[in-house]
Amino acid sequence: MEQKRNLNSDTSPLQAAEYVEKPESQLKAMWETLRQNKAAVAGLFIIGSLALIALTVWLSELMGKQILPYDPNYSDMGKSFVWPNAEHWFGTDQLGRDLFSRILDGTKISLFVGVAAVGLSLSVGVLFGAVAGYRGGRTDALIMRLMDIMLAIPSILLAIAFMAALGKGLDKAIIAIGLVSIPEYARIVRGSILSVKENDYVQAAKIIGNRPSRIIYKHILPNVISVIVVRATLGISTAVLDTAALGFLGLGVQPPFAEWGDMLGRARGFIFTAPYTLIFPGIAITITVLAFNLLGDGLRDALDPKARIK
Amino acid sequence: MLLEVKNLSTEFKLKRGVVKAVDDISFSIDKGEILAIVGESGSGKSVASLSIMGLLQKPGRISGGEILFKSQDLTKLSRKQLQKIRGNQISMIFQEPMTSLNPVWRIKDQIMESIRTHMQVSQKEALARTIEMLDTVGIPSAAQRANDYPHQMSGGMRQRVMTAMALACEPELLIADEPTTALDVTIQAQILELLYRMREKFRMAVLLITHDLGVVSEAADRVIVMYCGKIMEEADVRTLFTRPLHPYTVGLLQSIPQIDEDSDKRLYMIKGMVPNPLNMPPGCPFSDRCDHSMARCTKEMPQLREISGHKVRCFLYDEAKEGELGAK
Amino acid sequence: MLKYIIKRILMLIPVLIGVSIIVFLIMRVFSPDPAPIVLGQHATQEAQEAWRQAIGLNDPIYLQYWHYLKGALTGDLGTSYYTKIPVVKEIMARFPATIELAVVAIILASLFGILIGVVSAVKKNSIFDNAGMLLALIGVSMPIFWLGILLIILFSGTLHWLPSNGRIDPLLQPAHVTGFYLIDSLIAGDSGDFVDALRHLVLPAAALAMYSMAIITRMTRSSMLDTLGQDFIRTARAKGIAEGRVIFRHALRNGLIPIVTVIGLQLGSLLGGAVLTETVFSWPGIGAYTVTCILKSDFPVVQGVVLLVAAIFVLMNLIVDVIYAFLDPRIKYAKKEV
Repeated sequence: MEQKRNLNSDTSPLQAAEYVEKPESQLKAMWETLRQNKAAVAGLFIIGSLALIALTVWLSELMGKQILPYDPNYSDMGKSFVWPNAEHWFGTDQLGRDLFSRILDGTKISLFVGVAAVGLSLSVGVLFGAVAGYRGGRTDALIMRLMDIMLAIPSILLAIAFMAALGKGLDKAIIAIGLVSIPEYARIVRGSILSVKENDYVQAAKIIGNRPSRIIYKHILPNVISVIVVRATLGISTAVLDTAALGFLGLGVQPPFAEWGDMLGRARGFIFTAPYTLIFPGIAITITVLAFNLLGDGLRDALDPKARIK
Repeated sequence: MLLEVKNLSTEFKLKRGVVKAVDDISFSIDKGEILAIVGESGSGKSVASLSIMGLLQKPGRISGGEILFKSQDLTKLSRKQLQKIRGNQISMIFQEPMTSLNPVWRIKDQIMESIRTHMQVSQKEALARTIEMLDTVGIPSAAQRANDYPHQMSGGMRQRVMTAMALACEPELLIADEPTTALDVTIQAQILELLYRMREKFRMAVLLITHDLGVVSEAADRVIVMYCGKIMEEADVRTLFTRPLHPYTVGLLQSIPQIDEDSDKRLYMIKGMVPNPLNMPPGCPFSDRCDHSMARCTKEMPQLREISGHKVRCFLYDEAKEGELGAK
Repeated sequence: MLKYIIKRILMLIPVLIGVSIIVFLIMRVFSPDPAPIVLGQHATQEAQEAWRQAIGLNDPIYLQYWHYLKGALTGDLGTSYYTKIPVVKEIMARFPATIELAVVAIILASLFGILIGVVSAVKKNSIFDNAGMLLALIGVSMPIFWLGILLIILFSGTLHWLPSNGRIDPLLQPAHVTGFYLIDSLIAGDSGDFVDALRHLVLPAAALAMYSMAIITRMTRSSMLDTLGQDFIRTARAKGIAEGRVIFRHALRNGLIPIVTVIGLQLGSLLGGAVLTETVFSWPGIGAYTVTCILKSDFPVVQGVVLLVAAIFVLMNLIVDVIYAFLDPRIKYAKKEV
């Protein structure tokens, strides 16, 4: 869906300039509405908790301390396939590793890959979209055709091909997942810019002789920022899903990192003998994705003036 | 009486409180009569008409009173029973001709749907009747235009189509909610003339909802003036225009531009604003805008008093007897 | 209209050429050398070199592309490095399985998605609405392959109701006419085959449909809320039309455009999702096969599949646009567009 927003169509250049002075006011209004939305707040709370877990695990790892109940990578073949019990809450896997510890440990990978991949596609996509929308003409046609071509290839196949070309690994997974969603951001930003571009205040800035990069940065981006925030939030959930999918196919983040999708892929052979090994990692993925979806939906509703009145 | 509305109240339950959009109104319409309800937006006139049709949407609901159509209380009917009456014996045309027609249906299909819902006729007969109706409401080359989609027609044409649709089943009562508001002045006159002609042709009653006193003077037999969900005044059209009683009605009449008057004189404006519907004053809702406001006006609600067919809700006429009316 | 369609089909060509170039670059420039994988780890350097020479991999990339393009125009997409079978045949052998899965999934997704979406919109904020929206939310948040795993654990592992892998019992030999087992078994009049194929199809199709259903549900609900609030709906009610007809013939009919858009887009992503579903359910389709081909650097197969999928995707977009014109008389492509 192309989002067309034209907040400033009725405002005079002067008023609009005032409006642009503080781009955060738009985000602030969004936040105010968001706070009323229970589901979004729940999503935010889950994300906060996940981030807290990831940070704690990561920091303790850096300091060489063992904060998880067990070392997530410690394998005790004598204790493989222990069903969930008081000692091992989520049981142990085929190599006798504690699943609860591995799932907590996996939080940091999923969040990191998700955020980093979105960061990548966001920066490249925004750049492409901004240039295409602002310059128009041949540049626009060239960039957008490239985006169309990328969109015509199913993103999972494209990501797999990238992984095959780049090789496996954490950084490569980020690049592959980031690359495939560039077109989405480019499209959104281009669409928003096209609708904002013709506004009086942008025209005025042009006439005064501002450089294009300055106009985009100072006048146009603040107006599309909220749309991007929504898209990026929902984008993280897609990225987490993609990470898991690549991991499941054995192409993503590789051991020794504990990655949820990878855990599912490796446990697949034990689906009938030890189904619990396939249930908990999936729950972890679903909760993470759900949280970002809740937040993203809430942000989108907060953006929609119709929803704001209700 | 064709339609008798008795003590009808309609309320909207909102988060911040309850709004009484229609507050204890009673009126009636005779066969073949044109009754106009006049009022500003928010006066409850549209809500009243939607209540009669049973088309109130949540959170609105009828909270009291009766709507007797041919002695049958519409508020007690089931949805199914109401559907049999709607579009058949009572039908309605709306303010927004541009959006009131389904954009993806040909107009003939929209009219035929109405006919086939209420009359036992074949596809062919329904089409013939559709074209006949389009012709009656003054659509040139009706047989061809019947195949048009709404977006291919002008606003005036669409309102004619709406009228044709509403009249297709020969209703006994037509509710016209601001039928001319969205139209050009020249088209307005045509649509009013059409309503008038249709009333003659089909012997139906018309409930005309409008904020435009000009429209009232041209079309109506009798007038009800509504303000904040209450009836302020009711009279036949001649009386109301020559001897208005309520200060609100007087104000409304004075705010109509008159060409023959002294052009230097500024147009009269009723001072102040309509009170917040969530926070109605206990007394007369018009009291704080009224030039004749007295101490008791802000404290108690005046009753609607009838003196020889002319009804008014104002303390100014509390002691008035026949013959003294219009002294103000 | 016809002119518009022809124009759009012509516009397909540059997109497909672009897709082929990109895939060509990713595969032939950046992907691992297929020679050691094809000939085995122990093949000598000379043997590998000879193979690359013979297959044309030593030619400059633009020349390789030129040869490929020339072949593609005559319907020759090359042969698989491993099976030595023409790519077109490889694809034809597996594609019907994927299409069957995707079509059944999109039908399920549209049916349930629209139904739940409509009821949710009509009964806004009711228990049904909340439950429907929760289901949709979980649907978009669950990994497709994990849902597949859950379904297998429940329906195959625990309840033993449905098979967990393959398209049909290996002992059954369905007549091969269209490649779609459901259709083939019906043509052959073999109800046993049909039921067995259907039983194999249920779980993968349900797993694949869930995400699309969730998306369609959400879109239907918001589109319906939009149209239900419009003036012409009030008009329809004022005509005394039964509520069901008002909802489906008037509101849904008007709200269909965004719904059709999502369904069209979902069919594209279903082909992607099929990769995962097919892996989970050992479904002998094109998705899982392509993954192995990518990993084995079987360039011709990967190029062929991606081209085919991209063509389908772009065609779907065209079909959606054509459907628009039928759904909404206000849309006219022929005259001024482009």
